[in-house]
Amino acid sequence: MRQVFGRPKSLTDAPTHYCPGCSHGIIHRLIAEVIDELDVRENTVGIAPVGCGVLAYDYFDCDFVEASHGRAPAVATGIKRTVPDSVVFCYQGDGDLASIGAAEIIHAATRGEKITVVFVNNATYGMTGGQMAPTTLLGQKTTTSPRGRDAGSAGYPIRVAELLSSLSGVAYISRVSVTSPANVIKAKRALKEAFKVQINKKGFSLVEFLSTCPINWGMSPLEAMKWVDEKMSVYYPLGDYTQVPEVSR
Amino acid sequence: MSEKVLMKGNEAIAEGAILAGCRHFFGYPITPQNEIPEYMSRRMPEVGGVFLQAESEVAGGNMVYGAACAGARVMTTSSSPGISLMQEAISYMAGAELPCVLVNIVRGGPGLGGIQGAQSDYFQATKGGGHGDYRLIVLAPSSVQELMDLTIEAFDLADIYRNPVMILGDAILGQMMEPVVLRERSKINLPPKTWATIGAKGRPKNIISSLRLDPGELEKHNLALQEKYKRITDEQVRYTTYMASDAETLLVAYGTSARVAQAAIDMARERGLKAGLFRPVSLWPFPYDDLKTIALGSRRVLTVEMSHGQMIEDVRLAILGGRPIHFYCRTGGMTPTPREVLNEIERIVEEGI
Ligand SMILES: Cc1ncc(C[n+]2csc(CCOP(=O)(O)OP(=O)(O)O)c2C)c(N)n1
Ligand code: SF4
Repeated sequence: MRQVFGRPKSLTDAPTHYCPGCSHGIIHRLIAEVIDELDVRENTVGIAPVGCGVLAYDYFDCDFVEASHGRAPAVATGIKRTVPDSVVFCYQGDGDLASIGAAEIIHAATRGEKITVVFVNNATYGMTGGQMAPTTLLGQKTTTSPRGRDAGSAGYPIRVAELLSSLSGVAYISRVSVTSPANVIKAKRALKEAFKVQINKKGFSLVEFLSTCPINWGMSPLEAMKWVDEKMSVYYPLGDYTQVPEVSR
Repeated sequence: MSEKVLMKGNEAIAEGAILAGCRHFFGYPITPQNEIPEYMSRRMPEVGGVFLQAESEVAGGNMVYGAACAGARVMTTSSSPGISLMQEAISYMAGAELPCVLVNIVRGGPGLGGIQGAQSDYFQATKGGGHGDYRLIVLAPSSVQELMDLTIEAFDLADIYRNPVMILGDAILGQMMEPVVLRERSKINLPPKTWATIGAKGRPKNIISSLRLDPGELEKHNLALQEKYKRITDEQVRYTTYMASDAETLLVAYGTSARVAQAAIDMARERGLKAGLFRPVSLWPFPYDDLKTIALGSRRVLTVEMSHGQMIEDVRLAILGGRPIHFYCRTGGMTPTPREVLNEIERIVEEGI
């Protein structure tokens, strides 16, 4: 009997700790499928963040390093510069990447580090209990913006894909979501492109996933998916963001 | 390879690292150690190595963490304010048991302080600095030759014990020029880095992490670290002495202060005063037992530091009230002169304390 669906080789069978309806799990699976399809598991090194993805090393069946909060791109730089033929990917949340690690991601991108960053934007700090993130939408209530994020005191949400796409070291950036089968297929295509860009040594690549955090958003899994489509995707439009003209690279 | 060349302290560190097989350097400019990254930016490409100027010491420290994960012989260098920023990576590397070499060319503090030499980062280097129960091996050279030799050895120690090693210098040592003999590295058998994360080809995956969410697991991990630190304490205590065997006044000093102390001892001896020197070379592990034995053979101890009394706490712990302990310091980038130290020796001898 031919098996048509199973666990990707690059995933372990450890049950994940993610909440019901959280898209971290879907994103893990897509990464593992891409690693399998590109047949790079044996020279891949993943970097786990501080955030809900902190235990990613238990779920992927490849070499893994746990980095300090926000520093995954610096750690990835150290690894990639030591083993240039390895495939190195960072898995980072929005607090990790866009707040405490803002300097590290910008400089890894502008150096054109040949790494792939999987950026999980769930508009909140999931792990620490739903505080305001740099990507929290205006008006969005969190435990540290109980009246809703107010631009006057907390400023505006950061659009990471757009911000980074202005840097010349960037070879590929895309923003995707996983709210429907069609979006999942697009997301996987983007992820595969990002890994290929790295393997072909073209430069820095990043895929921003609009992701759910039903627990901290106070929504059901379905409501959360809907909120990604109706709210997040409006402020954070999906699509490719690599607009750096060839000439400046 | 045994020619003598005139080298600046900072360059001796850099070339020592190259001789030790270091092929990865990450760092951020800061006075008074800029000669090291500058030297490395020139030298690394010649030997097929990697030089990368990081965006900050926070990032630089974490690049070192990454390169160490991948099994590289890796170094970063900085000076006091930069080392403060590196404490995160240092704590993580100690926790994940990663070998690397860190150099602090100390300048006066606190805060931005100044750019002249000081010894005010002793606590930070030897008592923690970052969070958690960890230790760095801390070596304190006092000549340009020793800067090079200890840097070379630091890489082996880091690999043997899977632990960060810090060279604690200061602006004076970094900037001074002295003749140096470039020595071939003595080959020793080092444990293979089977734990490195370079891809899981042909083996189960490797994970490098300092996270242990289960308190029992974390306690066990800490106990294993403590066992390692005990082993290092048993095996790696280093110090030198100068005219200590018949000394009535025993000076204790390291690095630049030890050079000044030694000059003061010569002057004291000319005046018939029996002074001698105990110079700790490993600041951690600190030579408690040997210092105690030698100090008990003297009448009094004088600790000389370029800080307001940091190492003196270890001197007190070593001697535990067995002899009176005196203290002399200049700080903020000021260096004690041999004359000042001699005056202090004369004063405590005259006062019979
Ligand atoms: C230096 C440091 N500061 C703060 C924390 C606490 N902390 C852990 S996870 C986290 C936020 C994670 O949020 P995000 O990156 O958005 O990831 P998510 O959990 O939402 O996936 C914070 C602030 C920490 N571990 N280290
Ligand atoms: S807290 Fe939020 S981000 Fe974290 S696992 Fe739960 S749903 Fe996912």
